[in-house]
Amino acid sequence: MTDAVPLPPPEARPAGAPPSPHLSARIAARRRGRHRAEARFRLYGLAALALCVVALAVLLASLLLTGLSAFRQTHLRLEVEIAPQHLDPARPQAGDYGAMLRAALEARFPEATSRADRRRLHALLSGGAEEDLRRMVVADPSLIGTRQRLWLLAGTDVDMAVKTGLPRVARQIAEGAGVRLSERQLEWLERLSREGDLALRWNSRFFTAGDSRDPERVGVLGGLVGSLLTLLVCLALALPVGVAAAVYLEEFAPRNRFTALIEVNIANLAAVPSIVFGLLGLAVFLNVFGMPRSAPLVGGAVLALLSLPIIIIAARAALRAVPPSVREAALALGASPMQVVTHHVLPLAMPGILTGTILALANALGETAPLLMIGMVAFIVDIPGDILSPATVLPVQIYMWASGAERGFVEKTAAGILVLLAFMLSMNAVAILMRRRVERRW
Amino acid sequence: MALVLLLSAILLLAAFGHWSGARFARRARAAGLRLPALPAYYGWYVALWTGLPSLLLLVLWAATQDWAVRQVLIAHLPEGLAALPADRLSLELTTIRNIAYGLMPRQGVSPEVLAAAAEYLRLRELARLAGWGLALSAAVGGLAFAAAQLSPRLRARHAVERLVLLVLLLCSVVAILTTVGIVLSLISESLRFFARVPAGEFFLGLTWSPQTAIRAEQVGASGAFGAVPLFAGTLLIGAVAMLTCVPLGLMAAVWMSEYAPARVRDVAKPALEVLAGIPSVVYGFFAMLTVAPVVRELGTALGFEVAAQSALAAGVVMGVMIIPNVSSLSDDVIRAVPMSLREGSLSLGATRAETVTRVVLPAALPGIVAAVILAFSRALGETMIVVMAAGLAANITVNPLDAVTTVTVHIAMLLVGDQEFDSAKTLSAFALGLVLFFATLTLNLIALHLARRYRERYD
Repeated sequence: MTDAVPLPPPEARPAGAPPSPHLSARIAARRRGRHRAEARFRLYGLAALALCVVALAVLLASLLLTGLSAFRQTHLRLEVEIAPQHLDPARPQAGDYGAMLRAALEARFPEATSRADRRRLHALLSGGAEEDLRRMVVADPSLIGTRQRLWLLAGTDVDMAVKTGLPRVARQIAEGAGVRLSERQLEWLERLSREGDLALRWNSRFFTAGDSRDPERVGVLGGLVGSLLTLLVCLALALPVGVAAAVYLEEFAPRNRFTALIEVNIANLAAVPSIVFGLLGLAVFLNVFGMPRSAPLVGGAVLALLSLPIIIIAARAALRAVPPSVREAALALGASPMQVVTHHVLPLAMPGILTGTILALANALGETAPLLMIGMVAFIVDIPGDILSPATVLPVQIYMWASGAERGFVEKTAAGILVLLAFMLSMNAVAILMRRRVERRW
Repeated sequence: MALVLLLSAILLLAAFGHWSGARFARRARAAGLRLPALPAYYGWYVALWTGLPSLLLLVLWAATQDWAVRQVLIAHLPEGLAALPADRLSLELTTIRNIAYGLMPRQGVSPEVLAAAAEYLRLRELARLAGWGLALSAAVGGLAFAAAQLSPRLRARHAVERLVLLVLLLCSVVAILTTVGIVLSLISESLRFFARVPAGEFFLGLTWSPQTAIRAEQVGASGAFGAVPLFAGTLLIGAVAMLTCVPLGLMAAVWMSEYAPARVRDVAKPALEVLAGIPSVVYGFFAMLTVAPVVRELGTALGFEVAAQSALAAGVVMGVMIIPNVSSLSDDVIRAVPMSLREGSLSLGATRAETVTRVVLPAALPGIVAAVILAFSRALGETMIVVMAAGLAANITVNPLDAVTTVTVHIAMLLVGDQEFDSAKTLSAFALGLVLFFATLTLNLIALHLARRYRERYD
């Protein structure tokens, strides 16, 4: 299109050349105006495209700026005595690790004697620190009775203060801005920081934990596993049915009203809002079929209905791309129409079908609204084990964090989005690579 | 896990069927008989008859067993529960089910309900086992039937191909079934809603506050279900989105198809597609975190009063999300306009811009309109952006700086969390869903019709 009709640029004429004798001054002015309009029009187009790209860049940049800090989490280094009086060596999982941590904090800051001060002091550490210590001792009971210098997870208020910068938080406290740390706590933090015992460390918990009420303890693993299970169900249901439907419509269906009805249905379903599929899932799968709420099985079934039209459309395009000569050659050798399809057309179309399927699944991975309807929005700490246990999926997890009240959830939401986008990107990359490798020109 | 065992048992039976069918055919051949089909087809014939009926039965059973269990349970409920009116009864059934699945604490629940929950679990287990027995016996029965059919005169390939064709047909009917399921479920729940709230109030009422009381005698128990504010809010946000995406998307498409060098195009087109691939929950977060504060600060600096969750922020972000819907469809349509039209215009001395606006765009108009209508339909049904960035305030206004809410926000909010299935509040979500479905259906059908007419014109 662009290279078909090369137009001479309006300024092609040398600047000093006399105006053409065929043009009156009025017409020449009009022509200049038209050429300017042309340049303007072209600029509008370029500007529109540039704006879209800028919007995309701003979106990604704001996510990166907000989310990257969540991959590092504030830790305090304390000397903890794993004191035998707080636990029973036979059952180390039942010990009172909170008491050990509180003792460690009080040993480090002996000046905190009043009840209020001690409460502030204890608030520096997260509940996750206790959990970590418990896990450590259970894994290695020989630690009982020893003293360890450990990096311990700090609470979300400490984490936010460290990520904002302690001096700035000090100014905010002085100005009376709403900071959730007291002056006393800030003093302690500054002392820890001077002595090198306060640091941002890699947040591995973010990839190994499920949901939590505390922003410093959350992880994406629960959502990731839930998404994976849901997508597997979706794939198992949508791929066979979608391919079968596409084969029927493309290769066998007679041209009649019934076929036309199916085709209109598919085209329309591809554009039905996803939330309507959620209503369908709620009314049919949960209320009529009595399937369990929040289960990846139901979520996968709803997403399968949602992606079925997309898969059918992609599969039909892939089948149509197989040249008729292949079919004719097979028929000429005596194959039945079904053999033509199963032995020749379908294997040749399969890479295209799979590419379309992966793209449809990547789309389904980002769906949130229909899954809210069927109860995948519950607060679930455990990593789901199978397709019937209550689960949530990554986008719903993101939605729940986004509506979380604590300020610490903002960066976790953005980080969750980064994980989701990375997941989708790798699916798309697989699809593109597959298309590259198997694309063939007939 | 047990289901996996059952499925593998059925598959094993089918595999055995395949083996025995094929063995029959090979022996017949070895005996010097001429068979009308290859041996493998005899195997497939038996295998399909073994697997298909039992799998079909299993699916049907899974779909209906809960209904059957509920009927049996209702028939066996103790006097006190069984005498309840229908809507209270279904509420109790939900409680029973939730307790049976351990989704609800057992404290403060009457002993009848607890007993019913235990009964429910027992019946369900029974139904499950019965279904499995049925499926297995269907598999064995199918195997026996097909084995009895085996004879050297059986035209196995024809039989197999007819069965496969039937399966293919059934799979493509799933699309119709989905539509029917959507329409039936929306209509049946909406009818129950309109039995409580008159349709006139729903479609014409100006206040929306769907709080219903927990106890019937509570003050203000009815709630107000006038959906006009939701429709108005949806249209306002949709309009803002269209004002963002149509000019940007269309101009980008024109530039890419008429001006862009091929190499720029190869980069720009996928970059635009990325916008469509990003999940809407991400846009929602972006609108909430970045765009809404900017809009608010800009507006305040210019002296306007801007709501924290303005229609403008949600609409603009939604517009950005659907730019690719407009641009990539329009791009295809514009490129489908025959070169001869452009060349005719250019040869008469028109500039390229004049060619585009006076010749190419009018020629491509039906296709472009179809793309815009599809984008609008998408904007009406978009949920997460508005849930996160538009809020719940049901105002009727045309000022995009005010907070408005949409149909989809309320569908989502009414149905998230625990709900009893018989209050007007819950059912109103289905009425809203029905309106949304028919609105988008109409738009989609118009767009499809336009697109087909357009394709016929130039193909």
